[in-house]
Order: sequence, then structure tokens, then C-alpha cells
Amino acid sequence: MASGKRRLDIETIGDVTVAKFVDKKILDETNIQIIGNQLFGLVEDDGRKKIILDFSNVEYLSSAALGKLITMDKKVKSAGGKLRLCSIRPDIYEVFAITKLNQVFDIKDDQDQALEGL
Amino acid sequence: MSESHEIEVTLAGDTPAAQELQDRIIRSVEEFGFSDRDIFVMRLAIEEALVNAVKHGNKRDPSKKIFVRCQVDHQKVWLQIEDEGDGFVLADVPDPTADENLDKPSGRGIKLMESFLTSLEYNDRGNCVTLVKHKD
Repeated sequence: MASGKRRLDIETIGDVTVAKFVDKKILDETNIQIIGNQLFGLVEDDGRKKIILDFSNVEYLSSAALGKLITMDKKVKSAGGKLRLCSIRPDIYEVFAITKLNQVFDIKDDQDQALEGL
Repeated sequence: MSESHEIEVTLAGDTPAAQELQDRIIRSVEEFGFSDRDIFVMRLAIEEALVNAVKHGNKRDPSKKIFVRCQVDHQKVWLQIEDEGDGFVLADVPDPTADENLDKPSGRGIKLMESFLTSLEYNDRGNCVTLVKHKD
């Protein structure tokens, strides 16, 4: 897989950035490393502060991906921003629930709900 | 179709081979009529167990190998992954859902496997894990 390939579809709605994962599987370490770097770039390079991560396409997610999301959440918070997750299918939501990360992340049902009040 | 599929592979810490192995196991799981939910669980579990073997077991030492044995039949998937590391004590692994660990970026693989699989067992040394998933 080419490291330069974009793993996120970026859309800007007002002052909010919606980043949609392109991949169906966020499982293997190499891919997760690339996705992590592209996520962190939104905050560190682009200075974006209100970010929604859209999981519509994601069917598989491993614990290494959860690690990147936690680091992303910390980066956004320390930049004074807000991060929301949305459109997570039930199997994937279970991954968040088992690890109690549904209590750490601000998770909304869909993109419209995530945009509300952000 | 045969009564079961058996797969036995030795990996030398190289990602494409590991990916190929995962796809091969999943193909068997699909062929034996397991549900989408079971396939989801097995993809996740194989990934977590292999990452643990490469990263925590073999400490990414390219000279160390990983031995994988898998049997899929109409009732269950049985998978054993053995690394050449020193092993670990399961009881020493911190609970990732404890308040003080919730924001740590790692340490959730075993918890996920335990929750999703029918059973997850380690040998005494802690370098060999056996995963079982019964058909949903």
C-alpha cells in the first residue's frame, strides 16, 4: 500500500472538519500508522480544532486503531478543540463499549447529530 | 466439503505473509458457513493475537518465528499462535478498563479477544495462546 495514499476523505462544513475513513478494515499496523499520521496532521499541521471522525465505511477495527484515536483525542483537546466520532456500526461500537472507550469519546449516531452544537 | 480445514504456517515476522495467512483462515471460516459476526470476531482476534506475538512476544526480532496452527470445522474455529519470546503472566496485564488506564493508547487486545471469543487460553510460559470461537 502506498504510504502517500489518503486514508481519510476530508470535508469542511463551516468551521468543522469531517474526516471519513476510507478503509473498510483498520486492522494492520502499517495502515494504522499511516491513518494515525494523517489524523494527527489535521490538528498539528492544519490547525483544525473541530473534528468529526466518520466511521461509515469501517467494518473492522483493532486495538491498535483505538490507540491512535486516544492519542488523537488528546491532541485535539490540548489544542483547545473538540473531537466527535459518528456513524459507528454495532460490531465496532461493541469494541468501544468492551474497552469502555464509549465513555471517553463523544460518540454520535450520525454526521448530522455530530455537527449539532459542535 | 471436507469435515475440517487444517492450516499450519510458520511466520518470520513479515507482514504480507501474516496478511495472507489471515485471509486464508477467514476464507475457511466463510466456507464453513460462519456468520458475518463470527468473521468479524475472527478477523479481530487473529490480528490482535498476531500483533501480540510479533510485538510483545518476539519483540520484533526478525530472527524469531511465529508458529500458527488452525483448524476450522462446522462447529468451531480453533487457532493456536506460538512465539519464541519469554512469555508473560496474564495476571500481570493491567486492566485497560480501569479508570487510570482508560486513556492509555495500548493494552486492549487481550480484553477484546476475551470478550469476543468462546475461549482464550495461554500456556504456563505465556508464549502460546489458544483461541476458540464456536459458531454463533
